[in-house]
Order: sequence, then C-alpha cells, then structure tokens
Amino acid sequence: MSAADLTRATAADLAHRLSTGEVSSVEVTQAHLDRIAAVDGDVHAFLHVSEHALDTARQVDADRAAGLALPELAGVPIAIKDVLCTLDMPSTSGSKILEGWVPPYDATVVARLRAARMVPLGKTNMDEFAMGSSTEHSAYGPTKNPWDLERIPGGSGGGSAAAVAAFEAPVALGSDTGGSIRQPGAVTGTVGVKPTYGGVSRYGAIALASSLDQVGPVSRTVLDAALVHDVIGGHDPRDATSIPDQWPSMAEAARRGLTGDALKGLRVGVVRELEGDGFQSGVKQRYHETLDLLAGAGAEIVEVSCPHFEYAVAAYYLILPAEASSNLAKFDSVRFGLRANVTGTVEDVMGATREAGFGPEVKRRIILGTYALSAGYYDAYYGSAQKVRTLIQQDFDAAFEQADILVSPSAPTTAFKFGEKLADPLAMYLNDVTTIPANLAGVPGMGLPMGLAPEDGLPTGLQLMAPARHDARLYEVGAAIEQLLEGQWGQPLWSQAPALATALGSNGGAR
Amino acid sequence: MAKAQLMDFDKALELFEPVLGFEVHVELSTKTKMFSDAPNPAFSGNEITEPNTAITPVCLGLPGSLPVVNEQAVRYSISLGLALGCQIAPTSRFARKNYFYPDLAKNYQISQYDEPIAFEGSLEVELEDGTLVQVPIERAHMEEDAGKLTHVGGSTGRIQGAEYSLVDYNRAGVPLVEIVTKPIVGAEHRAPELAKAYVSTIRDIVRALGISEARMERGNLRCDANVSLRPRGQQQFGTRTETKNVNSLRSVERAVRYEIQRQAAILAAGGTITQETRHWHEDTGTTSPGRPKSDADDYRYFPEPDLLPVTPTAALIEELRDALPEAPAARRRRLKEEWGFSDLEFRDVVNSGLLVEVADTVAAGAAPQQARKWWTGEIARIANATDAEPASLISPAHVAEIVALVESGALTDRLARQVVEGVIAGEGSPAEVVAARGLEVVSDDGALITAVDTALASQPDVLEKIRDGKVQAAGAVIGAVMKAMGGKADAARVRELVLERAAQ
Repeated sequence: MSAADLTRATAADLAHRLSTGEVSSVEVTQAHLDRIAAVDGDVHAFLHVSEHALDTARQVDADRAAGLALPELAGVPIAIKDVLCTLDMPSTSGSKILEGWVPPYDATVVARLRAARMVPLGKTNMDEFAMGSSTEHSAYGPTKNPWDLERIPGGSGGGSAAAVAAFEAPVALGSDTGGSIRQPGAVTGTVGVKPTYGGVSRYGAIALASSLDQVGPVSRTVLDAALVHDVIGGHDPRDATSIPDQWPSMAEAARRGLTGDALKGLRVGVVRELEGDGFQSGVKQRYHETLDLLAGAGAEIVEVSCPHFEYAVAAYYLILPAEASSNLAKFDSVRFGLRANVTGTVEDVMGATREAGFGPEVKRRIILGTYALSAGYYDAYYGSAQKVRTLIQQDFDAAFEQADILVSPSAPTTAFKFGEKLADPLAMYLNDVTTIPANLAGVPGMGLPMGLAPEDGLPTGLQLMAPARHDARLYEVGAAIEQLLEGQWGQPLWSQAPALATALGSNGGAR
Repeated sequence: MAKAQLMDFDKALELFEPVLGFEVHVELSTKTKMFSDAPNPAFSGNEITEPNTAITPVCLGLPGSLPVVNEQAVRYSISLGLALGCQIAPTSRFARKNYFYPDLAKNYQISQYDEPIAFEGSLEVELEDGTLVQVPIERAHMEEDAGKLTHVGGSTGRIQGAEYSLVDYNRAGVPLVEIVTKPIVGAEHRAPELAKAYVSTIRDIVRALGISEARMERGNLRCDANVSLRPRGQQQFGTRTETKNVNSLRSVERAVRYEIQRQAAILAAGGTITQETRHWHEDTGTTSPGRPKSDADDYRYFPEPDLLPVTPTAALIEELRDALPEAPAARRRRLKEEWGFSDLEFRDVVNSGLLVEVADTVAAGAAPQQARKWWTGEIARIANATDAEPASLISPAHVAEIVALVESGALTDRLARQVVEGVIAGEGSPAEVVAARGLEVVSDDGALITAVDTALASQPDVLEKIRDGKVQAAGAVIGAVMKAMGGKADAARVRELVLERAAQ
C-alpha cells in the first residue's frame, strides 16, 4: 500500500487495517509525517510536529505484536489544536505570550487520546487564543486553505481543519467557542462537531470563554468524528461543568446512519433566520439542493423561526470578551510564559508583557470585555447579553418541538481571501452568525461538506443542530446525509481537492 | 511617620458614637483546597514547610486548569452559617473578583458576591461581665485565599521600596469563609471589648464545629475591623476605616480602641477621616494607612462560568443543623455548673479566651480547678510574657498529664512549673521533660533522711527549738533540705521526716 493511500484513508479504515496487521502504526505515522514535511511549508497547519510520534507508534505496534488487546483507534495518528495542553509539546494557543510554554500536564482530552493509544502528530495553528475566523490572528502566521492557498482555512481552528483537508492527519481535535470547529470545516470541506456543552472535558483547554468553549473532533467523515468523540467524551471530575451522564456510542450512531433509514420521517427544521442577506448565492444554492435531497429521501422539511437569533452575534460579542478579559488576566509574566524585559514595579512588568505578548485582536476583546463588565455598564451589556442567551435557548426549545434536527449553512460564504476582512472586525464577526447560536444555547452542532459553490468551486458546509445531550442524533443523521450527498457526487468532497505541490525532503517548514 | 494624635477614650465617647463592623476570615481545615486536590496547609495533618510545594496547576492558575468545588468546604460553610444563625441559600453562586496582584494566580479571586451561601444571621456574644449582645450578621460567603508575598530589600517589608518579592502559592486556594457583620451600633464604651468578645466567640464556634484550627497567630482566623464615629445626635454613619492584620484577640480590642481615639482627635480638630485600609502594628499598638479604599473599587464581578451554582438539598441542611454543637453561651452556662466554678473563676477563664483549652484539659482527665489554675496561671503568664496565644504553647493533653503527675505526687508544683516550661520550650512531652531534666520528686526516704540529718546537725539551735516544741522553727531546716535536694523533694514528706528525726 502506498503512502498516499495511507494518508487519504479514513481513521476508521486505518483502524481496521491496523487491527488486521495489514499496516503498522509506524508506517501510517511515517506516511503522515512525510506528508507534513511535503506540504506543510505551504499549508502551515502545524505549529509543532511531535518528535515522539514514531516512538509512540512503535510502542503500539509492539503491544499489538505482543497480543495485547488495544482500543479501536490504537495507532491512528491525530493532530491536536494548540489550545490544548500537552505534556510533551509546547502549547501556545497561537500566542507569543505562551511561546515555548510546555505545560506540566495533559488536557483531559489529550490524556484520553493517549489512553486510547492514538498517536499525537503535533500541534495545529489557530487564531491567537481562538479569537478569529481565519487564522490570520495567529501570532505565528496564517494557515492556508488547501483548496486555494490564497484563501483562509477558517478559524480559529484553521490549522486542524487544513491538516485534515490536506491529508496531513486523518483526524484532529479542535475547540469551538462560536464556530471554531464548524466554520473551518465548512470552508475546507471537512467534518467538525461541537459537542453538547459539558459533553467533553474542558480541563487543559486554554480558556477563551468558559461558558461557550467546547472541545470536539475534526475529520473527513462523520464516522471518524464519532470515533474520536467516543474517545474524548464523557464525564471528567476535573471540569465542574462536565455532565455526569453516561453517553451512548457516537460511532454506533454514525454506523446506524450509514446502514439504516435515519432520514425517513425525520423532521428537519430549516431555521428561517439563518439564511438570506449576507449568504453567498452558491452556498444558498447547495443548501436548497440538499434540502430537496433530504425531502426526496423521506425527510419532512419544516420551517422554524428562531426570532432571537438576530441578537446572537451581539450577545456573543459581549459574553465572550467579558469572560475572555478575565480568563486572559493570568497571562502576567509572574508564573509562566513571556516576561517583558523592563525594570519597574510588578505592574510595569505585567503591563509591558501583555503589551508585547498579545496581538491586536486579543487586546481589542480584552478592552471590550473589561468595559462590558465595568460597574455601571454590567447590567446594560453583560446582563442584557445573558438575557438574550436565555431567549435563544427558548427559541431552540420551541424549534425542537417542531423538528428533530435543525439545519442551516455552516458558514454564510466560502473561504475568503487573506486580508479581505482583516480591517473590518464586524464583517469577520458576522462570519460566525450561523454557528454562534449553538454555543450560546449549549446545544451540539455538526458541520459537514455540502458540495462546492458553483461560482468559485470552493467547499460549502451544512450545519446540523440537535437538542442538548442528543449528540448521537447528529452522528446518525449526519452520516446518513453524508452518504446521500456522496451518492450524488460519486465520491467524497475532499477527494476533489486540488493536489498540493509537494516539497521533497523534510525541510517542509513545519516546526 | 508622624505619630497620630489621640483623644482620651472617655472624652472621645462623650463626643462621638462608635459604629463597628467586622470581616472575619476563617480558614477551613479541609484536607484539600477550595478548588483543587492540593493539600490544604490549614489542615493540621498536612505538614507543609517548603514554599510552593502544596500546589497543583489549579493553584497556580496555569492555562487550561479549572476549579472544582470542595464538597467538604461547602458542608463546613453551611455548618458555620447555621451556627451564626444565618439562612442558607438553596442556590448560591461563585463569582470572579477581578484585580491584578501577583499573589493572585489567576488575577481574579473566586469568591461569592451577590449570592452568598449564608445570610441574615445573628450571633449572641457575651461580654466580660456576662452581658449578652446580639451581633447582626449580614452574610457568610465562601472564597479562596491568595498566595503569600514576601517583599525583600525594602525597609518596611512592604511592597513599596522592595527590591523584589517572593511568592509562595501554598496558601493560594485555601478555603475561606468570610463572615461580614452589619453595622454594630450601641456598643458605646464597650466597643473594644465587644470586638474582642465577637472574634473570640467566632473562634469558639469554629473550634467547636471542628472546621478550622482557628489559630490567629497562624492566620487561620483573621479579623478586619471597621470603625467609624458619628457625632452624638447624628443619624448618618461617619466615614470608616478598615484595620487589617489584627491577629490576636488582644489586638482586636486594642486596634478598635486606638481607631476610636485616633478618629476622634481628627474629627474634633475639624478634620475628615479618609476611607482606607489601615495596618495594625502589634509592636507600637498603632495603625498606619494602607491603600485608599472606596466603594467605587471596580472588581468587575461576574458569575464564575467554570462552576455550577451551589445547591445544597434541604435534607443536607437539616442534617448539618441537627449535628450543630451547643451554642457557645449555652455551653458556657452548662460548663460553669459542671465545673462548680465561681462567677469570678469562670469569667476569668472565658475572658482569657481559654474556655476550650480548659474544657479539653478536663476532658483529658484533669480536675476542673487544676485545669483552670494551670491555664490562667503559669501558661497565661508565659503567653503574656512571650506575646503568644496560650493555646499555641501547649496542648490540653499535656497539661492534663502534668496535673496527673502532681496529683500522684511525682511532681511538686514547683517542679511542674519547670515541666510546663520545658514542654513549651519544645523539649517533648511532660514525661520526656521530667526524664530529661531529672525533675522527678525524690521519694527515697534514705536520701532524704541523710539530708535531714545533715541539716539538723548543722543547725543545732534550730534542733533545740524543735525539741522544745517550737515546730514552726522546722521551716529553716526544711528549706535547707529542699535546697540540698535541688527542689526535687516533696516538702510535706520532708517536714514529717524533720520532725521525726528531731524527736530521736
């Protein structure tokens, strides 16, 4: 089997071939490391490539050879967003203020990957502290969209999405505060899931906005996302917001979707407020074709109205900066990270460090959040935003009485060009208009490929949303829709991505 | 710093009415910290000496770390709230208090703000003459302690002027309950006394509940005293100061008295009081200005998004209510009767803040009068001389052991005082001190008889007098024998022997 075959295989396929002994984890891991070396100089999905990946793979192979029972994904490589703490790799959250910082502990999700014997390949690029929709706010330079290197890969998790789209990793971990998994998925033609708030541990995920952040899987297929979700999900006593419930297997749900008739009689709620003005015509076209397809497969399409979604972006940009301004206060040079070389009081050093270490978008949001929480403004800003949040939750409750699942485009447009929205933060913020409501309400959302927009040939994404704790429904329905769409296209969307120029040797630029 | 002008206390009270308020911080003695599984230095079983060893990523506020509420701390807080006569909130919430300071690992403190776990209470406090005063409690809320800064290189030990500062995060995250009173009016000239009695009562309560070591000198119990004055006849409260760092019962009393006298002098001279925190200086018995504090300090409080609300069940609250120990006032009434103390004797114990010590010593087997005598006598004397809390010097079990040694005749009172001194000096248990210092009473009559005979032979005039029936003359011989024995003899037995040998 060629190395190219290994990098284009799904995680489920690799897991199967590893279990039968057809390939070794070292071969699979080496193939991905080679691919990273070949293309990441252009794509720049990785901030750090692990020096331990082959050793980890070798150990898995040895244990398998020794006849040990191994978990399903043992030996399958995975990329990890740099927002997650890793014992053996720097964890910078895309910021200069944490350059070179190696945490003394693993995030719970990372510990679970290791326990599942997956092979961490490296840390992926992101907008600084996950603030952005393009990776242009990364302190280490942007990631390029593998479909068109002139364009953004989405954000903040552009690195994880691009790594998976460029076949540098079969699967990856992301984090989603307002769309940072789903929007990159949309513009790179990949799958991404934001689980129910509390479904996956946040312990060791460098916080952006604590009440919105959620770690989730990034992949090329719904089943692969489900397999990773099963590894990372479930109660964690180290995260007080973690739900103590037992969860059903997401992988079983996805497999049911691939084999059963999940779409028959399914009530699909089309959210009226999540299309229209500001949505690219090709996105709308693919969206309505997909709805027709679903109707043809026996789904019942119902229009639902969520009137308060209109205020979601405004509320989000009060709650997020407020929480972020507090979460980012710890970056003060006293215990870890950058320390500005100035003399003076501790306040002088703190101030100079934060001035030097934070990028402009981070500073903008800290200032916004500090203002929103200030005495005399709290009720008008943070307080009102929390009320909007409640209203949005009520909108979801009402909508889910009419529909089993809600749908919308994952993002209003296809990938835009670098620099296009950098000067206009509001335009950048509006890019998350479709994804933000799910974070505000804590409900799970999935983005999956919806075809290429006719006008620019770039990927579009379909978003599915389910009631809180019903993540399994997303996987079952998502897998069925994925199968339906691929049946139309004759192949997966990602296999239509243009080939990337490959550099020979290992000086591919990834560090 | 210029010495502050003070007005005579009685004169100050003539012109002004003092209004008090207290914020008492109690370190809970849970095994682990408020929000992490790091060992809690305020738990006596955790021996932590090296800086920055009782820490986890949570205590350091490392990126990605998250707080988890210590259930035991919540139970302790509910018990304390109930003992303060408070209502317990079915839902209370943690909030973030945001400010930058290097002892605060996250640059915010997790505390409770507008939804405390306990509120609207009242505490019965007994003054020295037995007067009962109801102190109104506004709230008791949970929070985490900060780390400890040591400022090096400055002259004052304060951050101003220091070359550098060292941070120890061992204390960061220690569970605290902050008890806040409502303004206390009507204490008048007994305000200083009430201040001491209030803190003393809190200390008795948390000890009886077993939720804190409550050692003020170790910072387990810390009192900030708010004092303001208003001219006689004025309704509106005056501007208050908040005196911090008051870490003994005696200091609480002195600090309140000092602030009343200082503020009165300023106000009487037409000046105004600055709203500020002030630091108490134990050595000079004065306060000095800290940072200005205004109600407009903006901590940008908001609900802590990393934690769920605290929602104790009614069943849990009732369970904890049923398990409450006797209220201090009721307990005092009972103990006084059981011990058979006079009013004076009992008040002496209570006012010395030694009720718990005496009770524990009695529980360890000592006779009540003996327990009282040692604690309010020798131990209190040493404590006073060394400016320490009596309880920090010696344990009730050791005192009971010493009392037993005296009862059995193995020690004289004089020897026992040396044993107390040895135990306090850290030489070990009473038995160890007795052995090491060779303090056991000589009960070997042979050695005593030799000493008595020698003493009688050297004082023939005294021997004559004794033989003439002037028994009181024996004192001189007894003294000589005791001296010869290095004090390690039972004086009563020596007396018997002197009379016996003189008669022969």
